[in-house]
Amino acid sequence: MNGPADQRVIGAPAPAGRGRLAAVVRAVDLAAGYGAVPVWAGANFEVVSGEFVAVLGPNGAGKSTLLRVILGLVAVRSGTVEVLGAPPRRGNPGIGYVPQSRALEGGAAIRGVDLVGFGLTGGRWGIPFPGAAHRAVRARVAAAIEAVGATDYARRRLGELSGGERQRLLLAQALVGEPRLLLLDEPLASLDIRNQGLIARLVATIARARSLAVLLVGHDVNPLLPVVDRVLYLAHGSVAIGPPDEVVTAETLSRLYGSEVDVVTDRRGRRFVIGLEDEATHPHPGNGTAAKQPARRGQQ
Amino acid sequence: MRILAVPVAAGFSWNPASDVGAILSWQFMRSAYEAGTVVAIVSGVVGYFVVLRRTAFAAHALSDMGFPGAAGAALIGVDPVVGMLVFTLTVGAVMGLLGERVRGRDTVIGIVLAFSLALGYLFSSLYTGNSTEAFALLFGQITGVSTWDVVVTVAASAVALAAVAVMYRPLLFASVDEVVAEARRVPVRTLSVGFMLTLALAVSAAVQVIGVLLIFALLVTPAAIAERLTRRPGAAIACASGLAVLFVWVGLAIAYYQPYPPSFFIVGLAFVTYVAVRIVSGARSWSRRGSMGRWDALTRSTSPSR
Repeated sequence: MNGPADQRVIGAPAPAGRGRLAAVVRAVDLAAGYGAVPVWAGANFEVVSGEFVAVLGPNGAGKSTLLRVILGLVAVRSGTVEVLGAPPRRGNPGIGYVPQSRALEGGAAIRGVDLVGFGLTGGRWGIPFPGAAHRAVRARVAAAIEAVGATDYARRRLGELSGGERQRLLLAQALVGEPRLLLLDEPLASLDIRNQGLIARLVATIARARSLAVLLVGHDVNPLLPVVDRVLYLAHGSVAIGPPDEVVTAETLSRLYGSEVDVVTDRRGRRFVIGLEDEATHPHPGNGTAAKQPARRGQQ
Repeated sequence: MRILAVPVAAGFSWNPASDVGAILSWQFMRSAYEAGTVVAIVSGVVGYFVVLRRTAFAAHALSDMGFPGAAGAALIGVDPVVGMLVFTLTVGAVMGLLGERVRGRDTVIGIVLAFSLALGYLFSSLYTGNSTEAFALLFGQITGVSTWDVVVTVAASAVALAAVAVMYRPLLFASVDEVVAEARRVPVRTLSVGFMLTLALAVSAAVQVIGVLLIFALLVTPAAIAERLTRRPGAAIACASGLAVLFVWVGLAIAYYQPYPPSFFIVGLAFVTYVAVRIVSGARSWSRRGSMGRWDALTRSTSPSR
């Protein structure tokens, strides 16, 4: 782990024109870690309403940790972070969260509508009784499912659905409480390329339509580049944020990952990152060309 | 229609009214039906969550702890039900506190399970010098249920049902997706302990009817069948309870006319129904475009990424 002196902060405040908007997340000299082990430090950034930010970086760089700090599940080591104008707190109703894909073994037999309904009434005690309140809940659940285009299969068992279909329902669950901030942890992992693009565009569309701030953790930058407003890189214990044109450059990425990374632009102006394929396809470090961070298994 | 004057101890008559009348004319059969029905209802409800939470083996170990509890209590002159409740509630609380870590600890659970069975065997042989007592605890003695046992069973079951009713929604959420539930401030640890205590109550009530070793027939089999018959959690719970009640009622009735133990018929009915439902639902999903392939795709896509 690098000491504080080594940490570089690139990029910075929100782009001009967005300054008027209230920051949904504001980090000042933020550092995070578990116990005595620091993960990253020197994070200075703001995310505003309607902004879609991709959180990228090598394995073990602390991408999930950043989300967990914002969720109030991991304590701040130093510096400050404000989430919707207040310190992070667990169970903040203003946040919709989809963690890394899990087995959900028990969920295989329940329906998508039940899963989405948890986002609204999962924390309430007692048994639901039919009535006006129950109908209102069902209407909101149906609306959230419609918004992610999952209506056709929302009444099927989760065990009968594909990874992409389940991902849409989890997204609906995160959206059903009408949050102002969406935290998505590797929602594109284990999806095929077509579904990666579809989900990324869906998130972008919803974020804009609802003025949601989105922090999306990803391994592979390529499906995200066409849709994100800014990119936040975590690497070697430091944090860099900026628009894709500034951060997603061969020079910056090569330094962040400690390996040779190329960024190419095709005839239509689309950017592609080459040289991080091992990062994107092999979650466990150790066999790639890139010199990586020591792995922090079990923390992401 | 034939109307027969049925003597009390008549054989099977193909007339349901007179059969039921004959069966229920005995106090021990009435007690068996009362305790069996209550236990079946609560087992179906609690069993749904056991299946959902994938904690069947832990639930089995928990019920096994009732054996040394009951036998040990009898040894020191305490009501066996009390001993059983103390043991299962204590072990349930510990398992609940361990929470997520209990899952997948098959080895540790198996080791504890074997030791608790051996301990129960020791206690019961110290107490009676023979294994009749142990046999009743292990395989159930529903026709030996006393009126006092019925009272205890109803009380334990009522508390268990009330606890599930209170915890219902957050327990369902935490059982399906603990990570998101925790982030949403659902008290997953408290629910885990609460559920294991509820399970301990249900198990202690069920042991009298079906025995420590056969408890799965009421706790897991009906819920596993219900999970295949319906997707709605509420309907699945009602279905599991209904099936458990049916197995107990029919099993007891068959046993009344046979020299064989009721536990066997209850467990046998549950097993046959489970196999039949699996065959039917399996055939149905084969005829629809191979949903087994979709299952494989799911398990692949959800294997832990690190």
